[in-house]
Amino acid sequence: MLTRRIIACLDCRDGRVVKGVQFLDLIDAGDPAALAHRHAQEGADEIVLLDITATHEGRATLLDTVRRTAQSLFVPFTVGGGIRTAGDAEAVFEAGADKVSINSAALADPALIGQIGASFGAQAVIVAIDARRNPDASDPVQSATVFTHGGRRDTGRTVVEWAREAESRGAGEILLTSMDSDGMRNGFDCELTAAVSGAVRIPVIASGGAGTVAHFAEVFGAGKADAALAASIFHFGVSSARSLKQELAQAGIPVRLPC
Amino acid sequence: MHVTVIDYKAGNLTSVVKALRHLGAEVEVTDRPEPLAKAERIVLPGVGHFAATRRLDETGLTPAIREAIGRGVPFLGICVGMQWLYAASTEAPDQRGLAHFPETVERFPDAEEKVPHVGWNQLDPSSPSRLFAGVTSGEFAYFTHAWRAPITLSTAAITNYIRPFASAVEQDNVFGVQFHPEKSGETGLTILKNFLEFHAC
Repeated sequence: MLTRRIIACLDCRDGRVVKGVQFLDLIDAGDPAALAHRHAQEGADEIVLLDITATHEGRATLLDTVRRTAQSLFVPFTVGGGIRTAGDAEAVFEAGADKVSINSAALADPALIGQIGASFGAQAVIVAIDARRNPDASDPVQSATVFTHGGRRDTGRTVVEWAREAESRGAGEILLTSMDSDGMRNGFDCELTAAVSGAVRIPVIASGGAGTVAHFAEVFGAGKADAALAASIFHFGVSSARSLKQELAQAGIPVRLPC
Repeated sequence: MHVTVIDYKAGNLTSVVKALRHLGAEVEVTDRPEPLAKAERIVLPGVGHFAATRRLDETGLTPAIREAIGRGVPFLGICVGMQWLYAASTEAPDQRGLAHFPETVERFPDAEEKVPHVGWNQLDPSSPSRLFAGVTSGEFAYFTHAWRAPITLSTAAITNYIRPFASAVEQDNVFGVQFHPEKSGETGLTILKNFLEFHAC
């Protein structure tokens, strides 16, 4: 049976993990390579490394970080943040990433999705969408719009329409972050996730709002998510991806339980 | 262990090469047919579109691979590299495969489930498979594909998505896996190790 994926996300700046590590780790709390391995060992189905370095110099550090992290990581590995061109993507793939996540660059130039896919396959291109409900609309979910610049700038494009376009341009997956839910720990935006998941045939990764194990069960059920991103999995009252998955399995969600 | 990995510009070789080296293999990457004359083991990776295999024909790799397989050189095709072992794929009807296996690769049928099939799914290995030695039924591998091979006598493992399909094929020195062993954790590494240690009787 195809299982629902739990994806561990590491936010990195200048080669160090800057979020989601407070309760970790005995080895090296801020080293992305060490944390990625730890998560994979504990049963995370994939690793996402999100680079939030703003500086140009940081790019070289990122490639070195990707290289070190990928060295002996044998689960799918996605890198996002600051990928603006097909050349940027190629450098990240050569450093060992399996997929790239692109966001504002895809909005600015949607042809970029197909360009990266042409060389590395559609499965290697994740289009990340930062979404916010439109509270003034009669249907706030269908009218939810795409934001950029960390949620400060409304593109005016509806989320469902942009997800469809991304798919038609060759995206392999959609990473959907609810800006309304992000950081609130009140659960994923299941309605919005279900709307997007129902509009496309490619997998949708839900992100933003997880606070408990039950929230994951909800987004896999009512939210129709194919995968869920756990930015700080160890904050959810569970000690590891392993225990999160064990609880999901008990709730009837098909997950890959690590040996 | 020396392994020749074929580069035909179909996706990213880094992960496959990395996994083989991790297992102690000495890896040579080539996009030319000449090195295959002395190859000890061949891996044909590949993600993306079946049409990308046209490059194997254009560069003379197809006859070189056929010749190596005929000599008994162990061969492993991954993802599109497995599909290419068949006669054809409906993804690119004008492009012929190696036809080592006579069947045609087809798209998943329309169903409620999403296509492509992306994520971790279970393997049910056939009992005499050498590729799956030490892998028990129910272990997981990572898949990402929309076309798949039919189940035949050469099927080495079955996976169920919408309907059961061949997630691996095996005949003498020729092996193919639809999933990505280089991205399938310990299970995947076991399978790659089995390939590296395979010796024809």
